[in-house]
Amino acid sequence: MVVFLFGIAKDIVGKSELDLSAFERKLNSVEELICFMNDSYPEFSKLSSLAVAVNGEYASNGVLLDSNDEIALIPPVSGG
Amino acid sequence: MQKISIEIVDIIDTSVVYDELSDAASGGICVFLGTVREFTNNETVVSLEFESYKMMALKEMDKIANEALAKWPLNKVVIRHAVGVKKVQEAVVVIGVSAAHRNECFEACRFLIDTLKATVPIWKKEMFKNKSVWVSAHP
Repeated sequence: MVVFLFGIAKDIVGKSELDLSAFERKLNSVEELICFMNDSYPEFSKLSSLAVAVNGEYASNGVLLDSNDEIALIPPVSGG
Repeated sequence: MQKISIEIVDIIDTSVVYDELSDAASGGICVFLGTVREFTNNETVVSLEFESYKMMALKEMDKIANEALAKWPLNKVVIRHAVGVKKVQEAVVVIGVSAAHRNECFEACRFLIDTLKATVPIWKKEMFKNKSVWVSAHP
C-alpha cells in the first residue's frame, strides 16, 4: 500500500510516496494511518491539521483502508 | 462553453475569462483574481510555489462549483488554479461567475474562493530570500 505525499508532508517524509508494505505494522483504517504517521514522523503532530484522502475523497477516521485504494495525506491546504 | 469550467494549469491567461463568462442571459460577471504579493509580515517574497493533488483538486473544485450552482442562479462558473513557480504580480487563481444580477455574482464568487482555500488540495510555499515556508502548515 502506497501513500501519496504533498506539500509539507513530502518534506517531512523526504519523498513523494511512502510504501507502507515495507513496515511491519498493519494499518487498517484512516485513524491507524494517522497514528502511524505521527509515531514515525513526529513533525506531523505539529501541523495545524492532517487529513487523509481515500480515492480522492476526504476520509474520516473510521474509514477502512484497502490495498487497492489510492491513499494520500492531506496536510493543511493553502491554495488561492 | 459548458456551464462549469474547471482547470489546473501552468499559466493563467487573464485575458480569456471575459469571453468564457460572457452570456446573453447574464447582466453581470464577477471575477476574483488571486495574485502573488511581494510582502508577508514585512518579509520580501521572491516567489510562490504551488503544488496540487490534481485528481482530487479537480473533484473538489467541481463539488464547490456545483454547490454554488445549487445556491445561486448562475449561468457560468470558471475555477482555474495555477501550479508551479509564480513570481510577484502573477495570477495564481481565477474565479469567475456570470448571472442575471450582480448580487448572486458577488456572493457566489466570494463563496467559491473562500471554499477553495479551505478544502481544495493545493499547497503554497512562500519562497523568501533565505528560507521557504509552507503556508498555513503550522498553527
